[in-house]
Amino acid sequence: MEENRIAPHCELLLIGGSAGSLEVLFKLLPLLKGHLPFPVVLVLHRRNSGDSSLTELLASKSSLFTSEVEDKDPILAGNIYLAPADYHLLIESDRSFSLDYSEKINYSRPSIDVTFESAANIYGSSVVAALLSGANEDGTRGLLAIQKAGGRTVAQLPATAQMPFMPQHAITSNAAGLVLDIPGMAQFFNTLE
Amino acid sequence: MIEDEDIDLLLNDLFDLYGYDFMSYSRASLRRRIERLCMLDKFPSFAELRYRVRNDPEYLKRFVEEITVNVTEMFRDPSFYKSLRDDILPVLGTKPFIRIWHAGCSTGEEVYSMAILLKEANLLRKSLLYATDLNPTVLEKVRKGIFPLTQMKQYSESYISSGGTRDFSSYYTANYGQAKFDSELSEKIIISTHNLVSDSSFNEFDLILCRNVLIYFDKKLQDRVLQLFDASLGTLSYLALGTKETLKFSVVQNKFKQLNREKIWKKIE
Repeated sequence: MEENRIAPHCELLLIGGSAGSLEVLFKLLPLLKGHLPFPVVLVLHRRNSGDSSLTELLASKSSLFTSEVEDKDPILAGNIYLAPADYHLLIESDRSFSLDYSEKINYSRPSIDVTFESAANIYGSSVVAALLSGANEDGTRGLLAIQKAGGRTVAQLPATAQMPFMPQHAITSNAAGLVLDIPGMAQFFNTLE
Repeated sequence: MIEDEDIDLLLNDLFDLYGYDFMSYSRASLRRRIERLCMLDKFPSFAELRYRVRNDPEYLKRFVEEITVNVTEMFRDPSFYKSLRDDILPVLGTKPFIRIWHAGCSTGEEVYSMAILLKEANLLRKSLLYATDLNPTVLEKVRKGIFPLTQMKQYSESYISSGGTRDFSSYYTANYGQAKFDSELSEKIIISTHNLVSDSSFNEFDLILCRNVLIYFDKKLQDRVLQLFDASLGTLSYLALGTKETLKFSVVQNKFKQLNREKIWKKIE
């Protein structure tokens, strides 16, 4: 990346992951600053069971307020939001969430592409999005949409991913502006403003 | 990408020409559905989609069916159905007659799930299930009670998780890849088109189910619909919403009390 280019302001950090991404988050979340000036949205492929223990587990790894999204929740800086199981997570122009139970995309609901594309629509160049470990093609199209809107994209360094397919697919498709390992991602996110 | 102004134009057309009001639908979802339809039906540009909608009333049917989400399943969220079995039906059973409204029922999988619960509680005889949707095409499927056989394995598992103890396949006849549910169930289902955006209350109910419909509406329309439900429920009747929907922060929140962890509220005043 060019050193002198002025980076756009970050108003939203998106993190998408599938198989093997929880372990990454368990290492990554504790490394994040206690006060982030933007909201963090996690879109993870997960089982459809209605239990909310994943939210509690993730919350225990971070000092940031962490919750599973309910319909029409406002998107507030400094919070971590988890996409609920079995819904697509969309973003409205008043910067609130909405949910959608339409067909699966890439065999997934929530689909990472769906949330990333919706965020690109609303937040444009102020989005930063990262794609973690996974065995699925989901996320690449979303990263491309964010790039097109002027936002910044990151793929987890495939060698550090339990399932390298998903970040590698993004890299091969030229959808990843940066390729970082876990400490690299933490450092990058902590310096975003 | 489609511009917001284009979507506004199309929504105005739909209202002016056909009376369908999608203006208060959640915009992010609507945009995705319209983009998806443009791709599916291979419109080279948005203008061509708009032209077709304006000039081809036959196509309008498909348009409405495709931009509204009609994905549903039987016994979705088994713990919700378990709560209906254990907590709600015993109370409803004390009434001489039970009226239930499935608002925005789509193809009817939840209506048939409910009919099965009523039958197992020996309440089906004195019950009526009103199934409404804005979309006449999906209601035709409710009337037939025919669903893809490939889904039955999953539905059977959800049925068992909801506390069902019978052989799920005893409720339908399998034929040519389809499962046709017993007419004993469909006989109790009353089908009608009803648009939550523009139509009013048409009866008083003991239980209204409207799950994963409000998520497609903006806050203002959600409030309108919740007031419509409030006007259609007697005191101590029940309202059930989807697992991620809430009455919190709505205009009717003080009139209802949430029963338990499931999204079921009791009308208290």
